This record gives sequence, C-alpha cells and structure tokens, in this order.
Amino acid sequence: MPRKEIKIKPKVEYLSILTGNGKLDEALDPNLDADKSLYIYRLMVTARRLDERCINMQRQGRIGTYGPCRGQEAAHCASTIVMDKDDWVVAAFREPGSFYHRGWPLETVLRFWGGYEEGCRPPEDVNDLPIAVPIGSQTVHAMGIAWAMKIRGDNHAVLCYCGDGGTSEGDFHEAMNFAGVYHLPVIFFIQNNQWAISVPREAQTASETIAQKALAYGFDGLQLDGNDPLAVYVGTKEAVDRAKSDGGPSLIEAVTYRLSVHTTADDPTKYRDREEVEKWEKLDPIPRYERYLTQRGILDQKLMEEIEREVLSEVAAGVERYEAGRDVDPLDCFDYMYAELPKDLVDQRDEFKAALVREGIGLGH
Amino acid sequence: MALMNMVSALNLAMDDALREDDSVVLLGQDIGVDEGVFRVTANLLKRYGDRRVIDTPLAEGAIVGGAVGMALYGLKPVAEMQFSGFAYQAFHQVEQHVSRFRNRTRGRYGMPLVVRMPYGGGIRAVEHHSESREAYYAHTPGLHMVIPSTPRNARALLLESIRHPDPVIFFEPKAVYRAFKEEVPEAPETMPLGKAQVVREGSDITLIAYGAMMRPTLEAADDLTEVDGVSAEVVDLLTVSPMDTETIVNSVAKTGRAVVIHEGPRRCGIGAEVVARIVENALTELEAPVRRLTGYDVQFPYFARERAFLPNADRIAHAAREVLEFQC
Repeated sequence: MPRKEIKIKPKVEYLSILTGNGKLDEALDPNLDADKSLYIYRLMVTARRLDERCINMQRQGRIGTYGPCRGQEAAHCASTIVMDKDDWVVAAFREPGSFYHRGWPLETVLRFWGGYEEGCRPPEDVNDLPIAVPIGSQTVHAMGIAWAMKIRGDNHAVLCYCGDGGTSEGDFHEAMNFAGVYHLPVIFFIQNNQWAISVPREAQTASETIAQKALAYGFDGLQLDGNDPLAVYVGTKEAVDRAKSDGGPSLIEAVTYRLSVHTTADDPTKYRDREEVEKWEKLDPIPRYERYLTQRGILDQKLMEEIEREVLSEVAAGVERYEAGRDVDPLDCFDYMYAELPKDLVDQRDEFKAALVREGIGLGH
Repeated sequence: MALMNMVSALNLAMDDALREDDSVVLLGQDIGVDEGVFRVTANLLKRYGDRRVIDTPLAEGAIVGGAVGMALYGLKPVAEMQFSGFAYQAFHQVEQHVSRFRNRTRGRYGMPLVVRMPYGGGIRAVEHHSESREAYYAHTPGLHMVIPSTPRNARALLLESIRHPDPVIFFEPKAVYRAFKEEVPEAPETMPLGKAQVVREGSDITLIAYGAMMRPTLEAADDLTEVDGVSAEVVDLLTVSPMDTETIVNSVAKTGRAVVIHEGPRRCGIGAEVVARIVENALTELEAPVRRLTGYDVQFPYFARERAFLPNADRIAHAAREVLEFQC
C-alpha cells in the first residue's frame, strides 16, 4: 500500500508567442494573413477609443458609471474573433470589442452604460448574452447554453468571459463542474487583470495559477499572455476546435492588467502603486502588436493614422446615434415583464401612466 | 379519467409535456435513475432517455443557472429543486437572471422555464425540509408563483406552467403528495395561471387559502356549516403571484368577512397581500377586520413540534367564528 503521487491526466500549459517588444516565436506563429492581422489591430484600437470616449462621456454626465477595458484589448478582442456566427459569446462586462465584433451597434453598447435596458438587447441575428453585472453568475448560463447545444446535437461552442474575481464565486465552480461532467463545448475565458476592485489576484486565490483550477474538473487549463493577441488567438482557437470535436470544455487564463480604474466610480491610487501600473503600461497590448505588425511590414505610420481616423469617426457616429436615441418612454418598464401583462400589472401601469400625465413627464425622462 | 394522487398527477403533466414538445427537458438531482426522492419523475428517464431527463450533480445554482442557458438556447427546461429549503443556493439565479431576462433584453429572450420544488410541513422531515417561503418568490417581479392543492389542478397547472412562455416557480405541497386521490382526465388538461378559484360557494364568510392549507380550510368550512349553520365560501388562490384580486374581492364583497390561511410566516406573507387587496378594494363591504391564520414569525420547528405548530381545521374554524362574531 504505497503512498505515491497521483498522476492527473489534464494538464496546464503557458503560452506566449510575441515578446514584450513584439518579437515573434516563429515556431508558434499562427501565420494569420494580413487582413486578419490588421482586423485584430483595428478591433483593439476600436475598443480602446470607445473606452476613452466612454470615460469622457461619464465625466460629462452623458453616460453613467463605466467599467473600462484599457489594457485588456488583446485578451477579449483576439479571443472573440475565433467564434463563428452560430457560436455564442457570453460577456462579463469589460468586453466592448467583443460586442462590436459580434455586430452589436456601438450605440447599443453605449446604451447599457447610459442607463437604458436597450443596451442589453442583442441584435436580431446575434446569439450573445448582454453584460452580466452579478460577478461570475454568467458562467452557469454559458454552461447551460453549451449543454443545450449538446442535447440538440448542434456542433457549436460557447465562449464565456469572467474575471479573476469571478473565479472565487460559487457559480464559477458549479459551471466548471457541470461542464466537466457533461463534457460540454464551452470555453471559460478568464481575464485575469490582477485586480478585483481593490483585491489583488494573490488575495483572491491561493492557487499558483487560475488555469490550474481546470484540473480539478477534469479538463485542461491554459495560461497565456493576455496582452499578446497571437497567443490569445491561438489558445482560444485550439480550445474552440477541441470543443467542436467533442473534446469538452477548456479553461483559459489570460494574464493581463487593468490599466485603468475598476469603474469611473473607483480610485485605484488607494490600493495599488503607480510603479506597478507603469510596469504593465510597458506591456500595453496595442503598441506591442503595432511593433509586430510594423516588423512584418503590414502596418506603417500612414496606415495607423488612417485606421485611427476611421475608428474615431465610427465611434463618433455611434455616440451621435446614442445621443439621438435617448428619448424613451418610462411607461414601457411594464411592457417586457411578461409575455402577456397580468391584470395586476395592467392596473399598476394605468396608475403609473396617470402619474406621468399629471406630472407632465413624457419621453426623455 | 383515472383516480390518482398528486405525485402521479404531476408525473402525468411532465409526461404530457415531454411527449408533446421535444424541447422540454427535465433536470435535477436524483430525478432520473432514482425517479425523484418523492418518485414524481417515475418512469420518465426510461421513456425519454438521459438527454431529456437529466440527473445532475448536487448544485442548485447550476441547475437553475444551467436551465437559464438552456432556455436562452430554445429549450424548455423543467428544473427540480429537491426541497424548497435548498433553493436558496439558486435564489441569486432566480432573482438576478430568471426573473429579468425578458425585460432587460426588451423581449429578445424569453425565459420559458419551470422550477419545481416540494414545500411545506407535515411529513416529519429533518431541518430545512418543511418551510413555506413562497413570499420570497411572490415578491420578485417577473415570476409566476404557482401552488396547486389537488391532483387534478396540480396536473393542469404544471402542464400550463411548462407550456407558458414565462418563468414559473412551482411549489408542490408535499404533505398532499400522497394524501388523497382525485379523478384526473387522461387527455392533457390545463388551467390558466393567475386565476384563483372559488371551490366552495358560501355567503357568510370567505376563507382564502392555497396549497396544503386547502384541505384543513375545506374541513373547517364543513365544520362551520355542520356545527354553526354558517355558509363559508372558500377561495383557492392557486397562483399566489401575480394575484387574482378580482376573485378575492368579489367573494369578500359578497360575504363581508374573511380569513386568510397559510403555513408560511405572517409578516409580509401572502396573507398580508391578500388583506391589503381586500382593504384597497372592498373596505366598505367589510363587516369585520380580516384575520390571518398563518405560521408564526418564528423558525419552522423541528418535526417533534410541527403538528402542534401547523394551522389546522380547528384553528381555522375558531378564527372564522371570531370574525363571524365581530360586531361593529
């Protein structure tokens, strides 16, 4: 009866393809063509400019509290683009580039932060979930969607975002456990941005990595450089391909950094040092990827400026459409509660309507 | 027609639903091979296979949260919580997601799911197995909170709940599961959600109850007639939320007196809501204050004390007599 080490089949790996300076590990190069390579760049720039615009708009009172994605553009953009149209993307709340890529109009993304439920309505032909505010609670939905795909025999996959803080929630554990048990086509993509508001990653879990949590549920975990779009793309693609060939779920830990505030209501100087932020600013995914694309000869100053102009004008047009669509009817808070409004609520709706009329409150309030 | 108890009637409703719609799936702990700890899902795994009748690991949050994902994808999941006392591990999913998806996506996604769970006391169960906390769900916008009281209405309401496009929390009075049998039609039969029923006509007082309290309430009504010659009307709420104000108010307007009966705690309970609606809509018709005969605002006792604790026919009749004796 010896005492011996138990060898566990699932494994944990680390993946990085671009160095901090944008140098390439040629053996791991996914050889993306110029169009795709530039598309990722453009998407990341769109996420960044939208992010900056949102912070400004919050300061001006044109939207409410906003949770920026600055520093995490490679992690969410280069993973979302792996998904096909019939696949599902389940957001946390720091993935504006994912929504944009999947076809959510920019004004819809803005509406969520602007205080309108309309920001949670996916476009008709997009099968994604809106932002999930309760941390980690979306992981079980992603698992359930993948479960339904399997029950229906559909060969699709689900990409689910969650943060490092979210991995402490019970829902994350339950989702991972069910996904493992039923061998579901779901990829849990953890954006480990090192901070859950004021709680650092090392105070969130005693695990050496988040990726290794997959082992306990019987599937593979991959930690990758989340500021390296090539590593993100390759790691996600492998996981999605595996999911679609009945290889079951995956956990990806994208190591990244929240360069900005948790939300516009947060002051990170209270809990973290400027030096740490500066260290990570040197690893900012956008300049890194620019260096790589420039070295490859597919991006130059002129093209960068052109992309910048296009993105800024697209964001401006989205903001304009958002501002133009701000008049909503407060009375419609009843309209989507039930498929058919119960008598109870018909009466309450009448009461509310009478109050609105009496107070002269109409559209735009 | 076939004579059956509530367990068989609920089983029949799920059998109907699984047969008529291949997007219906059942999921929960021990519902497949073991056929449910109360055998409510008997034979369904054998009949429909493990893709549609799914035994799950022990995690209420993932059962309900997974059902949310299934519903988003187009299935109609019927999730079982083994006991309502364990549904709190899924309560965040019910409040944060089940009840909200239709509204927050402006109708893009509905949430056609049912969460079934046995509730209530009276079966000498261990701690956490006897509470009646329907008020938590009734308080949550976006849900239907349904509680049947007999085999026939249990079958009809469960089938309607599964067919319904909106989420239904379906409480099953486990004290009634095998307590009596009733004729249930073989062909699928439904009843509308949100409608109460006058199950006994009367003119002197209205007794309003639901679920497992219906039997002692009807017994009390008979007792009042036999002993006191009082004509008691009995209303079965069936859906406690959204509540059918009209049926309650019409009855009380006729009788002028009312008692509301439930097992759950009194404070902010379903009875408080019923009384509020009577006061708001029929105050001038009242001939006496409305009484609430309910569980007290204490923890539900362990089963050694439960028989003494639960409202019974004697107490209901006593409360009714006090209301009947009241003179302005």
